[in-house]
Amino acid sequence: MAQRTLQQKLAILSDAAKYDASCASSGTTRRDSRDGGLGSSGGMGICHAYTPDGRCISLLKILMTNFCIYDCAYCINRVSSNVERARFTPEEVVTLTLEFYRRNMIEGLFLSSGIIRSPDETMSQMVRIARTLRVEHGFKGYIHLKTIPDASPALVAEAGLYADRLSVNIELPQDASIRELAPEKRPETIRAAMADVRLSREAAKEKTHTGKRPPRFAPAGQSTQMIVGADAATDRDILATSANLYSGYDLKRVYYSAFSPIPDASAALPLIKPPLMREHRLYQADWLMRFYGFDAEEIGAAHPSGFLDLAIDPKLAWALSNRAQFPVDVATATKEMLLRVPGFGTKTVTRILAARRNGPVRYGDLLRMGAIMSKARAFVTLPDWHPGALTDSDRLRARFAPKAEQLQLL
Amino acid sequence: MIGVDLPHFGRFEAWRDTARQLASSRVAPDQVIWGDTGLFGADPVPPPGLHPVVATRDFLNLAGTVASHSDPERWALLYAALIRLQDDRGFIANPADPLTDRLGRMAKSVRRDIHKMHAFVRFNEMPGDGPRRRFGAWFEPEHPILEAASPFFAKRFADMDWLIATPEGTARFDGSLRFEPPAPRPNLPPDASHELWQTYFANIFNPARIKTNAMRSEMPVKYWKNLPETGLIAQMLADAPRRVQAMRDAGASTAPGFAAKVTARIRQAPDEAPPQDLDTAAGQASRCTRCDLCHAATQTVWGKGDPAAPLMIVGEAPGDQEDLQGRPFVGPAGQLLHRVMDQAGLDPARVWMTNAVKHFKFTPRGKRRIHQTPNATEVKQCRWWLDLERRLVQPKLTLAMGATAAFALTGDNRPLTPRRGMVETTLDGGPVLLTWHPSLILRLDPTRAEEARHQFAADLTQAAKMMAA
Repeated sequence: MAQRTLQQKLAILSDAAKYDASCASSGTTRRDSRDGGLGSSGGMGICHAYTPDGRCISLLKILMTNFCIYDCAYCINRVSSNVERARFTPEEVVTLTLEFYRRNMIEGLFLSSGIIRSPDETMSQMVRIARTLRVEHGFKGYIHLKTIPDASPALVAEAGLYADRLSVNIELPQDASIRELAPEKRPETIRAAMADVRLSREAAKEKTHTGKRPPRFAPAGQSTQMIVGADAATDRDILATSANLYSGYDLKRVYYSAFSPIPDASAALPLIKPPLMREHRLYQADWLMRFYGFDAEEIGAAHPSGFLDLAIDPKLAWALSNRAQFPVDVATATKEMLLRVPGFGTKTVTRILAARRNGPVRYGDLLRMGAIMSKARAFVTLPDWHPGALTDSDRLRARFAPKAEQLQLL
Repeated sequence: MIGVDLPHFGRFEAWRDTARQLASSRVAPDQVIWGDTGLFGADPVPPPGLHPVVATRDFLNLAGTVASHSDPERWALLYAALIRLQDDRGFIANPADPLTDRLGRMAKSVRRDIHKMHAFVRFNEMPGDGPRRRFGAWFEPEHPILEAASPFFAKRFADMDWLIATPEGTARFDGSLRFEPPAPRPNLPPDASHELWQTYFANIFNPARIKTNAMRSEMPVKYWKNLPETGLIAQMLADAPRRVQAMRDAGASTAPGFAAKVTARIRQAPDEAPPQDLDTAAGQASRCTRCDLCHAATQTVWGKGDPAAPLMIVGEAPGDQEDLQGRPFVGPAGQLLHRVMDQAGLDPARVWMTNAVKHFKFTPRGKRRIHQTPNATEVKQCRWWLDLERRLVQPKLTLAMGATAAFALTGDNRPLTPRRGMVETTLDGGPVLLTWHPSLILRLDPTRAEEARHQFAADLTQAAKMMAA
């Protein structure tokens, strides 16, 4: 095989990484290069570019190699795929990261890999890349390592010292689907890896008996990704799984990735159009769980099929099926209840609470404060507004849902 | 009319000094013209007056940001706000106030522009012969934000020399940051890393998902002309349908020959023969799917201790910590158990400790998991493992802690209170002593907990005596 150029390898190994949705670079410790080294991080992550698939580029997201001994049906890099293979040397990954970083193209590195030879061998090479960046080059930017579930705890412990975030992908919402579509992976090993990261993070936060603080472990926490639409799981199942993951492993994020048809597909999966709207609704629902005090079950139960309504957002869907709780009086409602009003975001609610201390809040004030009154008006009462029969109107949903599309005639 | 000139750089500080001076004489906002240099007959700024001038920290932060807005009215608006602040401290915190709202929107627009500058500046490497590498960039922001946005780059790229040229001026860094007046757009040499970057940009894109609105809202077209990668977008979009169609047409592929060999090597069929020792049993239990608890729990928590122990202690089910660590009795209830065992003279290393149900049962509640008691079906399913464990350990005595363990071992689910402290017979015929579960003691109020703990300790002591007998 002819030697590939760096450019050819980059093309293959970034193409191989494009199905992983997670790319955030926020929430880690504040660091900068004024005391040496290169780079800074902390605070809000920066997206340096956007591709036409609507996703941002914050990190250099690549695979160390796309050779893999596992045979996960949904993955382009599975052993039974005929995809072109390539492998970076650790030095090449380090150089690409530093040179892109110096030109202000990225916030850091998101490194994942196919499993070569053994989980430990793969993991130790990934750790070596992170160590070289941090120790030899004094790199202060963001590093996200995708950990290999079966790697030894010592390697994961070292990874946590260099990486800002560690993640391991749950991949599919239900254990049965993982066992069927990813026969080399085991859901309990994946969860145990997440549990280890959580325990290591907690241990790193406790001072020792001498009062010394241990080195930080993955300060930006851990995340995971679930593929949506490759198996038969409903949105209700998916949200239940997310709720379990959030509560069990202190995850920062669960990423939902609409299953994309992959070139050189496995016969086990259909070549479908990716369910992008479903992915979007799941992100909205996930947001409701993390910032709006909703339970997975109450969002999932809003529609009897167990699937989220694709035409309207999940908060509106919940409000429409719980109309007895509305309208709420904006002047007196609790914060918890204001957060449940469709069209009010967390910022709007904070502003309402601040403005309420200065006197009555009117319709025009809410518009200025960023409330989406076209949605909220049916669910609130104000000194100068009452929804009347609107709240209980049969046609309320139709006001929000997009017009039915005429099916194409054959 | 008073006319105030502001310098090209350091504008906010200059505005602040002048505004403070004017406000100390309570000069009315409509008496001041800001930043219009050519005004004939403008009066000079009067000397400081006697009124104290106050400004809240929030207002100064807001004003500092609004100062970088391109709207020529910004200085007058800020001065009007400062004057109003002297009598009405609260208005700036009220989002419903029109002036607060307007300033808030201006600040938001500036913050967004600064964020986009941090994101979309692209450096090209420039030739140099010094010890430090040299980079340069050209950027066209929407607002005059060069001063506000540059310190970020100084912190980030401290080990290289760089300049960022904009239509408003140039920021130059060589260890310290300084600003220079506007100059023509510099000629930046071609940079091989930009070509690699374009390769990355083109390949990280998934042609099966197109969401151009999302792209445009976050990367507005006004910034595109200075980005090396955006020139590729039209071609990427045009080519996408063909790539997706080609993928569909190709359909499923035949696996290469070596794949089956690799798979056969790493995918060993698990041994499901009835286990003859506790380790094999633990391995099989780790894959247990006899009931639905396995889907949410982290892992199977198998027993631990002495495989030939004369005493077996059976609890209800693993809790949160046990589930995470994969070991029984490591959480708060387990710690209490260990303390009481120590008092009773029971050595944990000489006991087999396990649970009636091997998976954690919980309901997620935000960031916490609330323990749930296993139901009869789950207990019955898991009894398969408990029976196996008992056949392999063959204890002389079993200690059942709590109603679930008592039910699992005796098949009898009558209330525990009257049975506690009694010895009953297990389903497989051995003696079982019934006692409280330590987690109950942790839940009771102090007086009742004291009594229950006393009884628990007495039961453990009785177990120790029965062992010694």
